[in-house]
Parts: sequence; C-alpha cells; structure tokens
Amino acid sequence: MEPHSSLPSATRPTVTMRGVVKRYGKLEVLSGLDLDIACGEKLALIGPSGSGKSTLLRILMGLEDIDAGTIEAFGKPMWTATPNGAAAAPKPELARLRRRFGMVFQHFNLFPHMTVMRNLTEAPIHVLGMPEGEATQRARELLSGVGLADKADARPAQLSGGQKQRVAIARAVAMAPEVMLFDEVTSALDPEVVGEVLDVLRELARTSGMTMLLVTHEMGFAREFSDRVVFMDGGKVIESGPPEQVFEAPAEDRTREFLSRVL
Amino acid sequence: MTPKPIFDWQFAWHILPQLLSALTVTVEAVVFGMAMALVLGLAWALLRRSPRKLISRPISLVVEVIRSTPLLIQLYFLYFVLPEAGITLSPLATGIIGLGIHYSSYTAEVYRAGIEAVPRGQWEAAWALSLSPARTWRAVILPQAIPRVVPVLGNYFIAMFKDTPLLAAITVAELLKTAKIIGAAEFRYLEPLTLIGALFLVISLLASQVVGFLERRYGTSF
Repeated sequence: MEPHSSLPSATRPTVTMRGVVKRYGKLEVLSGLDLDIACGEKLALIGPSGSGKSTLLRILMGLEDIDAGTIEAFGKPMWTATPNGAAAAPKPELARLRRRFGMVFQHFNLFPHMTVMRNLTEAPIHVLGMPEGEATQRARELLSGVGLADKADARPAQLSGGQKQRVAIARAVAMAPEVMLFDEVTSALDPEVVGEVLDVLRELARTSGMTMLLVTHEMGFAREFSDRVVFMDGGKVIESGPPEQVFEAPAEDRTREFLSRVL
Repeated sequence: MTPKPIFDWQFAWHILPQLLSALTVTVEAVVFGMAMALVLGLAWALLRRSPRKLISRPISLVVEVIRSTPLLIQLYFLYFVLPEAGITLSPLATGIIGLGIHYSSYTAEVYRAGIEAVPRGQWEAAWALSLSPARTWRAVILPQAIPRVVPVLGNYFIAMFKDTPLLAAITVAELLKTAKIIGAAEFRYLEPLTLIGALFLVISLLASQVVGFLERRYGTSF
C-alpha cells in the first residue's frame, strides 16, 4: 500500500494510543494496547469477542476512562501517564476533542421521542449553533444520502432496524466529525437489512475524508472497506496491515487461528 | 308521632353549599400543593444525581427525613415554628407548603425511577453528540422519563387529596374542619361527615378514571 507520504498529516497520526490499559474490576480488557491511526484512514478492527475492540472505541469517544497509558488525539493529550496511572486532560479540553469524534452504536440509540428530522438537527442546532433552517436543509441532504428522504417526519419506532441504523449514521455525520467510530453497527440487525447499512458505510468511506474506525464481525466487509485491518486479541493489537495481507497471509498464529474459525 | 329519620336529608341539603365552598379550599390546597411537589420533587431528583457528593449526599438526607416523618408533625412544625422565625403565613399557605414539601419526597422517588428507566444508550448518544449536560436532561432524558411516570404522579395527586383533612389540625377551613364546625354548632355530625366522605369518594373515583386514562395514554408512548 502507498504510504501517506504525500499527506502533511502523515507526520502526525490523528490518534496515538500507547500502553493503554483498561480494567473492569479484576477483568483486564485492554492490556497495554498500542495503536496509531492516520488521518483519513479506514480502519477495520477485528478479533474475538472480548478482545477489547468496542472498549477501544468507547475510550476514544470518552465513554470510558482508562487505567494506564497515554492517548493523544489531533496532537493534543487526552490521557497522560502519571505514577498513579492515567490522568485525563482537563474537562473543557476533553469536550473540545470529543466534538471531533462521532460514534454509531450497535443498538442505534436514536432518540425515540423525537422525529427523525429532530434526531438529526438537535446537536447541530444546540451544540454547533447552526441556524434551524440550515440544520434542516443539511439533515434533508443527509437523509437522502442514506435513502430515507421520505422518513424525516417519522418516529424511530416506525422504522425498521436497517432504517434506524441509517438514520443513526446520518445523525452522527451531521456533526461533521473528523473521526467516526462504528461499533458493530450491523450486529443487531436482521440479516436481510445488513446490506443496506453496509452500502451506506461503503458510500461514506468512498466519498468522505473522515477517518473511520469500524468494529465488525463481517469479515468480507472489513476486507473490502478498509485500508488497514487491525487484529486484536486479549486486549492487545496482535497484527495490523493491509486487508489482503492480514486475511491472506497473516503473520501471527493467533490471527490465522481466528480467521480459520470465522471465515 | 313518626320517628325522626336517622339521616336528615333536609339538613344535609341545607349544609351542602357550605361544604362545597370548603371543597374549593381543599382543591386549592391539593392543586397548589401538588404543583409544588412536582417542581420540588424534580429538583430533588436532579440534585441527588449530581456528581458532586457535597450536593447529592445532603439532599438525599433531607429527602429521607421528609419521607420518614409524619405529615402532621411537619404541618405543626411549619405552623408553630415558622412564626417564631418571623415568617407568618396564612394557615392555607402553610398547609400548601407542608403538603408540597412532604409529597416532594415521594415525587422525587418517582422521577428517579423514571430517569433510571431511560436506557444508558440514550445518555451515550447524547454524549457522543456533545450535547451539554443541561441540554441532555432537557431534550433527551426528561422527555422520556416524565411521560412514563405521569400515572404514578397522578396516584400521588389522589393520595394528597385524601391527606388534606390533616390541614384541619392547623385550622385550614377545608372539608373536615368545616364539617366539624357544622357538627359542633348543630349537634349533628352524621350528615356533615357522611357528606364530606361522599365528596372524597366521588372525587377520588373520578380522579382514578383520569389516572387510568393517563396510564393508557402514556403507558404505550413512543
């Protein structure tokens, strides 16, 4: 794969994680994870369940604290190492960084009491201060982009699972994040609607310069979608590389073993 | 000579207007008392969830004390102690405040249950969209939490209505007090007490119908 040498951002990754440790009680979910994410990269995170993939996304979104290690995003520290473990950056700084991340959840988490339109305009109006007309206009474009232009006035409960997830993607994109985190976004869907959500992701990957991190169990899609595949196991990155390499000639035994089970 | 009927309908008819006017006092106490309980209870519920323990702990204690002591004692406390502190209110105003404070300890619990019933994913989605804490409460959490608990709040409305006779103890001329005054003046207690019992019954049953309607209306929201 062509290195990002032509990009000025290549000198500095968008996200740098070093020695990240995350524990839930006695259970260690991340055990000294190192990962660099380049600007604009489309990254697929694969690995057995419990390997810490979703936790990694949740940490970047600020939904989870970490116990040790350092994380830098956009050249600014999110977590720094101290003798007593990891220390978070000051809250205002974290809030500024948080705006540059977006997340799509496995269970959509749409606001059920709002119309689809309101789901898409709530944050642009009240966080970005966008005028309502502009936010609505933009939301209409995003809804057409995911094939749901006619659902603006519907409530989430009136939509199918696939439609809900497309709305959730549009809602996250409406905030124009620089890094988008997709947490098993097709795992809660009926098999027959998985395709429509993957189509939206494919289109997004093709047309937007956003950095995208995708946690998925859809190996075929991971391969097609990503510039780089990261295989995680036991809370660490075991191997990462271009999809052809990881899927066809994995360097590590654990990767090979995992792929032989899921492919 | 025909024996005097046990229940004197004529006397009952005669005192009805006076009791109905006392009913307006009772209703006023409940409406304002409940309004206060709804607002104050929400404030308790929100403050108790404050991440600052210096706020949440004392609030929890206060709510616990209010809920665990009798309303009658609280009413006496307000009625006799507030004037000593230089605050003199009418008996009705004192009663409204007493009912409002007492029932706020129940409504606080109801709101808490409603808030906890909102799935964690809603908080996470609001967080991921960078909504401020205030906006998250106002636009995401409370609009989902409150409709769920409207029927329960309605039941407390009825409970408060049935607690209003306690206001007689602090000289509010509500239904019970008025019935006792009539009884003492006419040496007949059967009719006034029966009538106010009937009034409580009718209004409670009607209010239950309203709560039942609210349950059907909000039970299946979204």
